Amino acid sequence: MATVVMTSLDSKSRAASRGLSDIKIRNLFIIPTILFLIVFNIFPLIYSLGYSFTDFRASTNAPATFVGLQNYRELLNDPFIWANFAITAKYVIVSVTGQVVVGFGTAMLLNREIPFKGLITTLLLLPMMLSMAVVGLFWKLLYDPSFGIINYALGLGSFEWLANPDMALYAVAITDIWMWSPFVMLLSLAGLSAVPRHLYEAAAIDRAGPFYTFFRITLPLVAPILMIAIIFRTMEAFKTFDLAYILTSQPTTEVISIRLYKMAFQEWQTGRSCALAYIVLIMVLAITNIYVKYLNRVKER
Amino acid sequence: MRKTVAGLMAGISFMFACGTSAQSQELTIFWAEWDPANYLQELVNEYEAETGVKITVETTPWADFQTKAFTEFNAKGSAYDMVVGDSQWIGAASEAGHYVDLTEFFNKHKLNEVMAPATVKYYSEYPANSGKYWSIPAEGDAVGWSYRKDWFEDPKEMEAFKAKYGYDLAPPKDWKQLRDIAEFFHRPDQKRYGIAIYTDNSYDGLVMGVENAIFSFGGELGDYSTYKVDGIINSEKNVKALETYRELYGFTPPGWAKSFFVENNQAITENLAAMSMNYFAFFPALVNEASNPNAKVTGFFANPAGPNGDQYAALGGQGISIVSYSENKEEAMKFLEWFIKDETQKRWAELGGYTASAKVLESEEFQNATPYNKAFYETMFKVKDFWATPEYAELLIQMNQRIYPYVTAGQGTAQEALDALAKDWNATFKKYGRQ
Repeated sequence: MATVVMTSLDSKSRAASRGLSDIKIRNLFIIPTILFLIVFNIFPLIYSLGYSFTDFRASTNAPATFVGLQNYRELLNDPFIWANFAITAKYVIVSVTGQVVVGFGTAMLLNREIPFKGLITTLLLLPMMLSMAVVGLFWKLLYDPSFGIINYALGLGSFEWLANPDMALYAVAITDIWMWSPFVMLLSLAGLSAVPRHLYEAAAIDRAGPFYTFFRITLPLVAPILMIAIIFRTMEAFKTFDLAYILTSQPTTEVISIRLYKMAFQEWQTGRSCALAYIVLIMVLAITNIYVKYLNRVKER
Repeated sequence: MRKTVAGLMAGISFMFACGTSAQSQELTIFWAEWDPANYLQELVNEYEAETGVKITVETTPWADFQTKAFTEFNAKGSAYDMVVGDSQWIGAASEAGHYVDLTEFFNKHKLNEVMAPATVKYYSEYPANSGKYWSIPAEGDAVGWSYRKDWFEDPKEMEAFKAKYGYDLAPPKDWKQLRDIAEFFHRPDQKRYGIAIYTDNSYDGLVMGVENAIFSFGGELGDYSTYKVDGIINSEKNVKALETYRELYGFTPPGWAKSFFVENNQAITENLAAMSMNYFAFFPALVNEASNPNAKVTGFFANPAGPNGDQYAALGGQGISIVSYSENKEEAMKFLEWFIKDETQKRWAELGGYTASAKVLESEEFQNATPYNKAFYETMFKVKDFWATPEYAELLIQMNQRIYPYVTAGQGTAQEALDALAKDWNATFKKYGRQ
């Protein structure tokens, strides 16, 4: 079907009367996009790969000298960088798990006939429409040990959410869960409503219990779409910056993107930060690949 | 056809002519977003009234200031004609050619006599003792202290304090007294706390606070001319100073792990702490009843002396430099000629700016103008600053990485933190071939 559309243009259409062929129209749409991608994505990507093998600093006029793999070697031997990666991994696991549990749970609750279902769903989606920076500033106030409403509501006295090095990362993750669970919920809801009713009816006739029904019917059928939600959220959580940067400055919340930012734009170690960016890129690609493989296997079932 | 082209060309050249003539009458100064920038805007409005040259002071929050300024410099952008840049930038900005060399201007106007010596040394000269100048001291600043006079002068408190510590409760003369008073007023059950100090590790907040302790304890960060740090940054004096700073952290309000100037003024306005460390630049807000309900009962003192009687404070403040990529360098020079005049400096002080002009600082009129000006005058002649080498940002981040976990979470010891820092700094200096 697609090929038919691509190869023939309706001879009575306005485009055809102006002498435009389908090839021309296709090029008109595709070439600017490709040019844009090359100029703003692919070229910087390759250019920064080159820089990652030099000691270039954008803040000086000194020419860049080739240092081989020195940047990579030093970065991978730096205990602070490894600490940053460990923090990032912990954050991704806590945050994405939380979002899936809360998001999928909410979707299960909403996947039935209840009054004002549309309105409730819309309201639940509000957090993810806010700006990250605004959410960060608000939650900083909510977490405040002296006047924050969270301590007041939970009766925690002056518990230090953000100043406590062990708690701060969880506090950031809780904020992220609050903000992005609706996204998982939305995708899960789409998956849940696509599960054919007759499967549940059949299960009911066979007297299957609720757990059996959930694990044998609901979860397998929703899994592909849930996996997509998880891929998106993992990639986002891996490169999280705003929330952690605004909420707290604990070394225990210095995720890799914050370290990268400091290296690139405070220390101006351009060459070395390019190398770090490449290490991060390779990691994200690897993780995403694992997910995609798994997703394909789930879809085949 | 020829007519149209001619017309077009005329139109274009007219546009350019208008563009350049409009530009030459306008200057942009870049600074961080804080009260002194507003005072500077008021000052330059008077320059416009005198000369017709319109000057805009453009600002950005402190956390982005360094990043935004250097992004513009690195791109060789002409958006800013002048920048009121932080004292520690001077090495990076001068070596890379971002700042115009002002040595001739400096010598012509004998500015090393006109301005307070410390401000010339730290805001303008690079490398140290080279006689090369890159900026005009504009906003003098250092860290001082504010305190709650009503808490200190309460007879009951005074009696209880004397009974406990054996001397009178008064603004502290040394760091031991500072610690005692902080401990005395630290009452979490009453939601009153002893002291507010800098702990923010995202730029130079925490480091400035710790410098106050280190310099007054008689320590140094290193030898700024030979780049030697071993035995200096991790000296016994510095270890003691860092331990004291860590002890003070125990008397701060809850959640005080990311606080800088905003939070430290809040400590006074919101009745949180008895004493609060802050830059003098933020004290005008504390004597203003509109921004501080406790304005009438807020007092000020200079950074107290250390155990051996050394008394220094960490330097803040900035000099004004001309950006090399500006298209209006001559016009900017003319502005600087006006800016350094005695009467301009006096007016600058009246508006709330902290002049670095020695003559104005020494005048009775200036010292009695506000409750904190005298402490400012005393402090400005005994200030020290962080490294000004081009790689200062790396040094700053390394210092934050090493001391923050110790100060705010008690991880490791002060000796371990400073030994590790000496190692980091040595490696950095080696990398840039300084040692």
